[in-house]
Amino acid sequence: MNHMYLAGNCFLFLSHSLFVYSQQKELMSKKRDEFEDILEERRVSSDLRYAMKCYAPVIYKGLSPCKPNAIKSAVLQSEQVQYVIKQLAKETGESPDIIQEEAMEILDEMGHSMQLGAVRFFAFTLSKIFKRLFQRVCVNEEGMQRLQQAIQEHPVVLLPSHRSYIDFLMLSYLLYTYDLALPVIAAGIDFLGMKIVGELLRRAGAFFMRRSFGGNRLYWAVFAEYVKTMLRNGYAPIEFFLEGTRSRTAKTLTPKFGLLSIVMEPFFKREVFDTYLVPISISYERILEESLYAYELLGVPKPKESTSGLLKARRILSDNFGTIHIYVGQPVSLRTLASGRINRCPYNLVPRHLPQKPSDDIQEFVSDVAYKMELLQIENMVLRPWVLVAAVLLQNLPAVDFELLIEKTLWLKGLTQTFGGFIEWPDNLCAKKAITSGLALHSNIARLVDGHVVLNDKGAEDGAVGEIIFKRALAVLMCGTYRNQLLNVFVRPSLVVVALQMTRSFRKEEVYSCFSFLRDVFSDEFIFFPGISLKDFEEGCFLLTKCGAIQTTQQEIYPTDKGSVVISFLSAMFRPFMEGYQLIFRYLSKEAKETFTEKQFISGVRNFVFQLLEKGNTQCYEALSSDIQKNALAALVQLGAVKKKKIPCVDLLEIVNDSRIPVQKPVAARL
Amino acid sequence: MAAPAEEAAGSGPGSPSSARRRLSIISGHLRGSPWAPGREGPSPSPCKARGAPAGPASGSIPKKRQELLKWNGWGYNDSKFIFNKKGQAEFTGRRYRLGGMVLPTFKEWIEKTFGASLEHKSTSRASLNVNDVPPSIISEEFLQDLIATKISYSQDAEDRVFRAHGHCLHEIFALREGIFRRIPDIVVWPVCHEDVVKIVELACKHSLCIIPFGGGTSVSSALECPEEEKRTIVSLDTSQMNRILWIDEKNLTACVEAGIVGQDLEKQLAESGFCTGHEPDSMEFSSLGGWVATRASGMKKNIYGNIEDLVIHIKMVTPRGIVEKNCQVPRMSTGPDIHHFIMGSEGTLGVVTEVTVKIRPVPEYQKYGSVVFPNFERGVACLREVAKQRCAPASIRLVDNAQFQFGHALKPQVASIFTSFLDGLKKFYITKFKGFDPNILCVATLLFEGDREKVLQHEKQVYDIATKFGGLAAGEDNGQRGYMLTFVIAYLRDLGLDYYVIGESFETSVPWDRVLDLCRNVKERIVRECKEKGVQFAPFSTCRVTQTYDAGACVYFYFAFNYRGISDPIHVYEQIERAAREEILANGGSLSHHHGVGKLRKRWMKESISDVGLGMLRSVKEYVDPNNIFGNKNLL
Repeated sequence: MNHMYLAGNCFLFLSHSLFVYSQQKELMSKKRDEFEDILEERRVSSDLRYAMKCYAPVIYKGLSPCKPNAIKSAVLQSEQVQYVIKQLAKETGESPDIIQEEAMEILDEMGHSMQLGAVRFFAFTLSKIFKRLFQRVCVNEEGMQRLQQAIQEHPVVLLPSHRSYIDFLMLSYLLYTYDLALPVIAAGIDFLGMKIVGELLRRAGAFFMRRSFGGNRLYWAVFAEYVKTMLRNGYAPIEFFLEGTRSRTAKTLTPKFGLLSIVMEPFFKREVFDTYLVPISISYERILEESLYAYELLGVPKPKESTSGLLKARRILSDNFGTIHIYVGQPVSLRTLASGRINRCPYNLVPRHLPQKPSDDIQEFVSDVAYKMELLQIENMVLRPWVLVAAVLLQNLPAVDFELLIEKTLWLKGLTQTFGGFIEWPDNLCAKKAITSGLALHSNIARLVDGHVVLNDKGAEDGAVGEIIFKRALAVLMCGTYRNQLLNVFVRPSLVVVALQMTRSFRKEEVYSCFSFLRDVFSDEFIFFPGISLKDFEEGCFLLTKCGAIQTTQQEIYPTDKGSVVISFLSAMFRPFMEGYQLIFRYLSKEAKETFTEKQFISGVRNFVFQLLEKGNTQCYEALSSDIQKNALAALVQLGAVKKKKIPCVDLLEIVNDSRIPVQKPVAARL
Repeated sequence: MAAPAEEAAGSGPGSPSSARRRLSIISGHLRGSPWAPGREGPSPSPCKARGAPAGPASGSIPKKRQELLKWNGWGYNDSKFIFNKKGQAEFTGRRYRLGGMVLPTFKEWIEKTFGASLEHKSTSRASLNVNDVPPSIISEEFLQDLIATKISYSQDAEDRVFRAHGHCLHEIFALREGIFRRIPDIVVWPVCHEDVVKIVELACKHSLCIIPFGGGTSVSSALECPEEEKRTIVSLDTSQMNRILWIDEKNLTACVEAGIVGQDLEKQLAESGFCTGHEPDSMEFSSLGGWVATRASGMKKNIYGNIEDLVIHIKMVTPRGIVEKNCQVPRMSTGPDIHHFIMGSEGTLGVVTEVTVKIRPVPEYQKYGSVVFPNFERGVACLREVAKQRCAPASIRLVDNAQFQFGHALKPQVASIFTSFLDGLKKFYITKFKGFDPNILCVATLLFEGDREKVLQHEKQVYDIATKFGGLAAGEDNGQRGYMLTFVIAYLRDLGLDYYVIGESFETSVPWDRVLDLCRNVKERIVRECKEKGVQFAPFSTCRVTQTYDAGACVYFYFAFNYRGISDPIHVYEQIERAAREEILANGGSLSHHHGVGKLRKRWMKESISDVGLGMLRSVKEYVDPNNIFGNKNLL
């Protein structure tokens, strides 16, 4: 009897999920894998047994295992490092032995010393911690299977998105759970400041790099050779963050190229047959460091990593951070990417151990690959309902009717999916419940008051004007962190819309030239694949046509009548950036001195915007974010409106007086 | 380690007689025919040859090649691999040591390696269909002029087809089941330098295209006639220009007509106690002129040098006239060496007619050897060290594991229980006692040559180095068999073709530090390409290091696969070979070490020698042959 009931239930469940699945498939343009919750198993069985389980990961074919110390001495003895040591000895007159010792110290500071004991310790503690912090940790199992396959075939480089310190802990934990080789991770050296944790991380496989070592040739040589040795021999997957640092805004940062070009070199020199690059998208329903980031963006300095700081953070253990989604992308073969693009001659004519500045070809290729990988990360980044809520809320401040919020959120869900966004709606939940649960999870950001949803800027009512503004900015930035997750999915159609509004013309040519200008201006704000402005434009137009917002002819683009909702929503979504940049440009043209340092610039803009907010002359709180400020400055440098001067120790920036950027007029016109 | 020393001290096969045996292997290829009458000895006077009565050809290769050689495969008609009535593999004929022997494990190896089955045969057509052959187009005026010169010629369909190809896979495949679109219109057989001069003059006068033909062993599509060639194509077969004109014992040189094939050259020199020592794997059939035209390399180059080291003087007939030097000296500083325009010109500039080469006394003593290494990496490291110390024996080759197993599969049935017991014991010692993994280990084969005393000393030096790299001496017999297989291996492709297996070899040269990466990557690329192109069984993809130099090595690849289920196997094969070559170039390897460029590898010439380099070669061609009489379209 009981059995019958169970079976019947199962069937119901099955047929239901099948239905959901097919529905999803229709909506999603790309086929994506299903998720599994890895914490589920952890909640019902012993963590200790899990930590002590037989751990025998599959390894790269033909690999003979090797102790970390043996790797270090191999690196030290390598032709590459020895060459640089000899060169430096010749140039500085220092004895090679001393330089060799220096190299050894660098290696000791940097190298991992992965030990199974430490790994097991982490497995145990992290199980405890993660179960506390997160409701679920969802992983696409097919991705893990592909990864397992890849690890056996070729050296693997893991390229996760970077939103939190949890990222690399979680990834190692995940690989351990799936019985895969633990990655060695390039982590910032500031971790070493955390005494015990730093050492534990090292034993769990982290290796450390100084944040900047451009000038230090020895450091560069040792570091590069260390990474390449790990890779060539396939000892373990290499893991690092293309973004270089945690994105404080949850918006993907433009990629850094240094490490990527190091890991690509063994393939260029054919020391390996191929290398797999695996983009991994980790998305958090609620980011652990969310308030920390907001403070930081507003100029309250980031606390230095320290063990005591971590202990203080213990209180967050009682908090709930919802669900994590980890999507392990399809491994991308570097060989396939490079085919037909790389001129092999330069590598054949110089001994392979000599340090060689990559040719322009190669640099361009590395940059393309970096952007491609980030775009893949973005494509597979899971979006939760709260992200949609945040986007709607920010357009309806100070308060929005709850029912309207639900309606608009559902509408936005459809639009997001049309644009290819990867939405994971909590299973079986109706919109109302999903949004309510999102509000509960993010009660520090927004709350329900009398049937209206308002930003949670407690303490903003009383206190000085400055404090009110600061509190409000904090709330807006935190909320923005979630809306930001949509931006890279929306940026192409939205910039078409903005261009359409700015040019006040329907002529495709003019709209495109404005679009192209905007794309250049925002090149550090959003992720665009280099050099395909037209393709981006066409994609934007295509998506807008798909959702019925515009119609296009050979020569012209028209907004449709029913498209006005979409158009006004999209332009509102990017308004903070348009306005933020305009404020910054205004500051530069009116207030700033001829030359200034970046520090002076940031505080200058901050004061300028703060005053405007105080006077009520702007509502653009996001212009206070140092992220926008830096991006705008970088864009101006790239466009040639501001020049960077290298003076020992400080970078000076100078406004180029006669800079006329062709399409800047529309921007100026709107000011 | 005691083993190598013991081996070295042992007598038996390591006696001087082995040198003679090797010579007899080579001379054994000769037909039983006696010397041509009227050929008492080398003679300096030109063109006596025509006076000789017609009869059996003086060299090993007759005018009617097909009487001796396969028309649709490699080598002699009587020598081939077959499966006998019991289903066991066997090598026929008596020319080679393997002749008449049963190879008990070979069938299993084929089935395992290629997934081939003896039940699925793909047979060649039985004979050439003469009706398919394009007609001979030739002007009456030219024919009259040619007849007047009394130079022997033929317009016979078979003669023309058998000079329209080399031994590339697609060429053999075309013979077996396809057609050639363009073949020579006429074959001429000059017997001396003057004949060649006359032919080239006639070609200029009548505006013809000449394609020189030597041994026909090209593997670069060099002999293929350009399809779009509208002029009459004359195949100039040098095989009847095969005399040694003189031997100069004081200076140790010999002047030889360029059409002589390797085995005849060595055999005839041996009668005076000399040799050139130039032994490319094709030496039974390839000709001196062909070696010069392709920059050939011989197995024993470590002692004797490659063709560029051997050549003292070259005489070549070009449309501009005859090119040669004024003296026969070891070296001269007179601008760029004009020999280097000729060597590697692949028949695009003229016909090499006479070559003076260095000769050496036949070595007193010859000894084979072999060393087993735990893996390929160690083997390469050992070869590198041997090269570094400049103590390479006459030949040293390292085969990878797949080729080692392949060689193993070609082991004949053992004669006695005792030998089989000994083999078992050896195997036990290496795999169980020394812990070598039979699926990873690899083998180097060695050939020492010279004074007995010095050979033994040399041998010890090399084995000592090998020991440092974990090598174990594995006996003379294995070494000798390895070299014998070199000659026989070419016959295997014909067997494969009967069972849906196609394959080919190709080679490159590469700096030492890239040898391992190149070998690994190229093999991997082949496997991968096969998979992508829908080849159903994993291919046989294997390599060996065949030559060592101060700065690098020559690497040879064998590659074969079962093509059942593929509609256009030759096209697939060519795509894969092209990918493999791309891979070689990307790994810092050369376009070719000794096979040459021909038409097969032309597309990479610009990349290989730069635009300017190509222009330099072009300008030489334009001066020497402005009307493109030598229009085989190789190289440039």
